[in-house]
Amino acid sequence: MIRSRILISGDPLSLARGAEETRLAIEAELSFLGLDDEVEVGYVGQVDRTDMLPLVMVYPEGVRYGAVKPADGAYIVQEHIYKGRIAEHLLAPPETLSGEVARLPGREGAQYAQKRILLRRVGLIDPLNIEEYIAHDGYFALGKALSEMQPDDVLNAVKESGLQGRGGAGFPTGLKWSFVANQTGEKYVVANADESEPGTFKDAMIMEGDPHALLEGMALTGYAVGAREGWIYIRGEYALAHQRLTHAIRQAEEYGLLGDNIMGSDFSFHIHIHAGAGAYICGEETALLESLEGKRGTPRIRPPYPTTRGFRGRPTVVNNVETLANVPPIMLHGAAWFRTIGTRRSPGTKLYTVMGDVNITGLIEVPMGITLGEVVDIYAGGMKGGRAFKCAQTGGASGSIIPAELLNVPMDFASMADKGASLGSGALLICNEDTDVVDLAYVLVRFFKSESCGKCVPCRVGTAQMLEALDRLRQGYARSADLQRLEQVATYARESSFCGLGQAAPVPILSGLRFFREEFEAKLKDFSL
Amino acid sequence: MVKNTAEIVHQIMTRYGNDREALVEMLREINREMAYLSRETLALVADTLKLPYSQVYSVASFYSMLDLEPRGQHVIKFCQDAPCHVAGGRAIWETLEHELGVSFGATTPDGAWSLLTTSCIGACAVGPVMMIDDEIYGNLTPERVREILARYADADIGG
Repeated sequence: MIRSRILISGDPLSLARGAEETRLAIEAELSFLGLDDEVEVGYVGQVDRTDMLPLVMVYPEGVRYGAVKPADGAYIVQEHIYKGRIAEHLLAPPETLSGEVARLPGREGAQYAQKRILLRRVGLIDPLNIEEYIAHDGYFALGKALSEMQPDDVLNAVKESGLQGRGGAGFPTGLKWSFVANQTGEKYVVANADESEPGTFKDAMIMEGDPHALLEGMALTGYAVGAREGWIYIRGEYALAHQRLTHAIRQAEEYGLLGDNIMGSDFSFHIHIHAGAGAYICGEETALLESLEGKRGTPRIRPPYPTTRGFRGRPTVVNNVETLANVPPIMLHGAAWFRTIGTRRSPGTKLYTVMGDVNITGLIEVPMGITLGEVVDIYAGGMKGGRAFKCAQTGGASGSIIPAELLNVPMDFASMADKGASLGSGALLICNEDTDVVDLAYVLVRFFKSESCGKCVPCRVGTAQMLEALDRLRQGYARSADLQRLEQVATYARESSFCGLGQAAPVPILSGLRFFREEFEAKLKDFSL
Repeated sequence: MVKNTAEIVHQIMTRYGNDREALVEMLREINREMAYLSRETLALVADTLKLPYSQVYSVASFYSMLDLEPRGQHVIKFCQDAPCHVAGGRAIWETLEHELGVSFGATTPDGAWSLLTTSCIGACAVGPVMMIDDEIYGNLTPERVREILARYADADIGG
């Protein structure tokens, strides 16, 4: 009989800091004391802090030790498990809470501030153990769909839920699915797990901490659109997520929850993983499909869209990991329930990675429509050192710069678009008053220049020219004519680039000029008041 | 030596069923085994898949995790994206260049270190971040960088 459970943080940082050795030390001591039958040891993908890793959590008491060195592993077992007293001096100090999965303190008047949908299992279950996923409603949605619902019912539930793509564009998911469902023949489901927007690591947290959620979401998608095969295109850098997903797929197949005749039904669905090799552009869905076919990841012309001609030229649903992870809860609780969360135009929750000059950085899940000001004040614990907020950069590199004037705008796809800003992929880089906007734009454009695939001229040449002009401006060599030209090139690149990368590259410049023009002008050589 | 290369390459490619769709993944694995992708290696891959050499080369040169030239004994990949930059990345960048005496993109003359940039490695909450081989180091300061480099140097000398 299991009477205790010890969970060790198993994220990359913890592993880098010796979590594996700590685990081995704990297991060795348990076995020495003959307690290995009574105590279960496992990893959790992510914990809510990064300052005290590796963290060791002992349940049912919920005691948290950190940072635990391998040498302390045996001591914790002796004290806590064997003698039943808490090893006080090894406790993780609570006052510096910070981290990758931030807690969600209730906000006055906000009914759903505590609602965790996508992250509810992350950090709670052992991602390597399918039974724990099942015990927390896992594969229940798939079972319900296969036994009680027709594919059309699944599709309609997603349509009615108002779920929008979480990769950045906010396209209605149900509508995208219906394009594929309407066609006959071989079709595919592709999970876009290429998450390469700088500052975005939300999908990694789902895949590392709750990998089956993605698999179940994909299987439901396959059932709804009539696909029998799914692919996860995961970025090459995500070794841990890759490993966890591979393990999860194998387990799900063993349990008959993936593969042929799932749960004894007529529905079969196989999932494969394909790892990228380092190319930002592969997050663009058509470039991703090219790469999935073993080619250079350069974008295809659209239309035809992937829903018509996608992977291997067949109709393909390409959805972001976060989008797919929303599908099981929608099946389980219904579209009406989903619409009670978030805003009317953008239902549901959104994951944000919060970084920069704030007290608490990390990943949060909040209802759509929470304002940037609320994120900074409530979830991020305010600005670091009491400095003033200057701007935020959203959605990784392709997001826009958001000035203080927009702190009170609800964050959902439509409201941000109304203000000429973009929610992007959910990264929030918060910058304080000391930030040099021109320098920030330079760093952002440098990223696009190095990631431009080179297929089209406006992006390939435009990013180089913009970067050069920004460098001159930054160093104080530019004149007003240079700034005019910069703005002109940025506009051309925005309007004429082939894909989203080239169209996004000038955004830091254009939105910077829009909100902070005087700072750009102040750097001109011939500047005068 | 040549025979050895062919064996390794074919072994990996057979595991992927010599499937052209798996080209990127095969190249990654060959890269890992062989340390880098030489022209001869790429030609071998092209022959096996019955693809033009130019196509295989174009794929190999496209992805940043595939190396077309040998790297140093340790490879530092420093994240130069905005979140790490805002967290104080420039000072780290300068420290690395100063300590190793090479600029980004280069390998030290003794072949010990390659200094490369990388795009986001998803550890932004603890930026600035760098990777040395497969290890991630976060919350970097110039002092910490010097400390880490010294640790590697000691370990290498100590054998």
